[in-house]
Amino acid sequence: MQKGPDPAPLLDVRGLAKSFGALRALQDVDFTLRAGEIHALLGENGAGKSTLIKVVTGVFARDAGIVRLDGAEIAPRSAKAALDCGIATVYQEVNLLPNLSVAQNLFLGRQPTRLGVVRQAEMRRRATALLQEFGLHIDVAAPLGNYSVAVQHVTAIARAVDLSARVLILDEPTASLDRHEVEILFRVMRQLALRGIGIVFVSHFLDQVYEISDRITVLRNGRLIGERETASLPRIELIRMMLGRELAETTGERVAAPAHGAGEACVSFEGYGKAGTIAPFDLTLHHGEVVGLAGLLGSGRTETARLVFGAERADSGEVKVEGRAARLHSPRDAVAYGFGYCPEERKTDGIIADLTVRENIVLALQARRGLHRPLSRGEQDEIAKRFIELLDIRPPDPERPIGLLSGGNQQKVLLARWLATSPRLLVLDEPTRGIDVGAHAEIIRLIREFCDKGLALLVISSELDEIVTYSDRVVVLRDRVHVEQLQGDAIDVTNILAAIAADGAARGAAS
Amino acid sequence: MKGLPPVVITAIVLVAGFAICATQYPNIASTRVVGNLLTDNAFLGIVATGMTFVIISGGIDLSVGSVIGFTTVFVAIAIERLGIPPWLAFVAILVICAAFGAAMGGIIHLFDLPPFIVTLAGMFLARGASFLLSTESIPINAPIYSTVSDFALRLPGGGRLTAIAIIMLIVIAAGALLLHLTRFGANVYALGGSRATTALMGIPVGSMTVRIYMLSSALSGLAGIVFSFYTAAGYSLSAVGVELDTIAAVVIGGTLLTGGQGTVIGTFLGILIQGLIQTYITFDGTLSSWWTKIVTGVLLFAFIALQQAIIVLARRSVLRRAGATS
Repeated sequence: MQKGPDPAPLLDVRGLAKSFGALRALQDVDFTLRAGEIHALLGENGAGKSTLIKVVTGVFARDAGIVRLDGAEIAPRSAKAALDCGIATVYQEVNLLPNLSVAQNLFLGRQPTRLGVVRQAEMRRRATALLQEFGLHIDVAAPLGNYSVAVQHVTAIARAVDLSARVLILDEPTASLDRHEVEILFRVMRQLALRGIGIVFVSHFLDQVYEISDRITVLRNGRLIGERETASLPRIELIRMMLGRELAETTGERVAAPAHGAGEACVSFEGYGKAGTIAPFDLTLHHGEVVGLAGLLGSGRTETARLVFGAERADSGEVKVEGRAARLHSPRDAVAYGFGYCPEERKTDGIIADLTVRENIVLALQARRGLHRPLSRGEQDEIAKRFIELLDIRPPDPERPIGLLSGGNQQKVLLARWLATSPRLLVLDEPTRGIDVGAHAEIIRLIREFCDKGLALLVISSELDEIVTYSDRVVVLRDRVHVEQLQGDAIDVTNILAAIAADGAARGAAS
Repeated sequence: MKGLPPVVITAIVLVAGFAICATQYPNIASTRVVGNLLTDNAFLGIVATGMTFVIISGGIDLSVGSVIGFTTVFVAIAIERLGIPPWLAFVAILVICAAFGAAMGGIIHLFDLPPFIVTLAGMFLARGASFLLSTESIPINAPIYSTVSDFALRLPGGGRLTAIAIIMLIVIAAGALLLHLTRFGANVYALGGSRATTALMGIPVGSMTVRIYMLSSALSGLAGIVFSFYTAAGYSLSAVGVELDTIAAVVIGGTLLTGGQGTVIGTFLGILIQGLIQTYITFDGTLSSWWTKIVTGVLLFAFIALQQAIIVLARRSVLRRAGATS
């Protein structure tokens, strides 16, 4: 469907760049939003979606590039300034106040007053009328926190639009909504688009993207991959844009040793799952084997890892460690069985920034030994020195606070922390996230090396070519189900993409 | 599920407590006793009104007791030693206190410091300053003091509603209006809900913080003036520990210590409950006055536990709703 000869863009972003230290979060990104369109912004974790949004809305300052709204250049310095320009953002975590009434939330700071006293009845009347425009008929005097997330989202949107927003950015608005609530939200979005408001829709639910959006922009690793009309973009092509490089580049790179599958079973799960989190799965990890978990964001990769590590408690199935029945009710249990877990959010869940490299390395080992058997300083120094050499951690100074190291070296320290406990199974969630290319290759090499020594590894990564490179086996997830296991020569990017896109491909092409 | 709001529970506790005391000592249920109760706790009611704003906004003000002490010394010295007219001394001290509060609020906002630390510093500062002025108790003999002490509205049944009790009731009424009916009040609740979100919604968080602590300190100053009427003296050791009694009254009155919820009326009821316990102990005559602290402690604990239970229940019902939809 054509909307006339390329209407002038409402929001026009050119050549945007943003770095955090050595990490280039955005490089030369263009983004165009027309009035009255719903534009999906897609990409995996770390692709740069949030950074783009935060630069446009003034939360971060940009390093380079131009942002134009209606042809005029803007450079908001804060979310408030962006709002004053007419750019409003509604985040997945609703940025409203659950302890205030719905009406107060809609009109906070601009309540109708008479002689300094808020006219409660008038405010309620206006709030009711405003929400009715969006198809919500609720008691606006009740606290916002009493209502569902969908109502809170619509309230946030209503406030933004009532503040005369022309660009509305919805960041993962549907993540915690059920089907019916998504319908409500989509109806509101279509209505606003008809009024000429430009909507940026960030989501990892591809079905929803195909249902609601007019155009799609895909980012990967901070770069613009492409901008397409939704109607003419097959789903498998979209997934390829999000996950893979060109196929030709990746196929030759496999370094995984082929025959590892025959090693002894280390840990095996049968019918293991948790209702509402991940469907029951069977998974056997052998000694010396790397198993990759592939799938889109939200497909259940991290959930699987958390279940394996006992961070979530399974409500069905059994687990066996070295052939004997085991119980994984908490990370403590998992550590006792010799499991290790490097989480995705290195900064918040992994490193302890103020402690030194040495202290970070011995942390898990000390925890395993218990507080009554402290490691002597000599032992600590010895262990730290060994791993700093082994993993080539730079600078090789065990007494430096880990927060001062680069991302790649922090990741190595985390690896060292678990390796020091001589684990049986190590779970790595996005081990190469936010790491520059050189360190990237090194981490992959290290992964292979440790495996050859008999360790079992479960690795999550959004980079398909990376998974293909080091995995002996790849488990593909879709919509919180383990849909396929690929082994040996079957492991290549094309097959993984096909498995991820399997059920949606037909629908995507048909629409 | 809709439980009783905490303020209703406070009211029930007060009425029940009053009934129990009255069955044991029927004289308690007289306007005379109630009038005295209001007079004795007038300064506490005034300072607690300011504290209610601070706590609802997610902060805390530990300096109030010291500010009261400083005020009494300042007023006594100004009137008795320097011969400044009392009304001028009152205006001056209110301005000084407001500036003190504004400075604390400004520091809290600008340097993003925990209110606990900043007002703790303010507490030492104000107490130290009052020692600097004088370490002795200074009696105040100005004529206005006897005029004010003598003034009272006669209540049916022989009770007296004194001037300082009337001042407290006016402050509480004005505080309730300000908190519940104005934009300023709505912003106070908003700050207590989430500072970051409130800023995102375009509320000037910095100036709100300054004004809230200004209000609290100015009301502490007023409480100090009232306290000097009550004791007819200025003493640098007066009102030691009052900040804790005040916080206790606010929390017993149903205000969430983490901010975002509460009422001025609840605080008033909390003050009355503390006053009632004191009255009971006076009537009994055999109990040590420390029993006030013990009962207050038990009540405080009960109310904090109750609030936590309400929060946990609310969270669980939200989770259940979310669970049902996923």
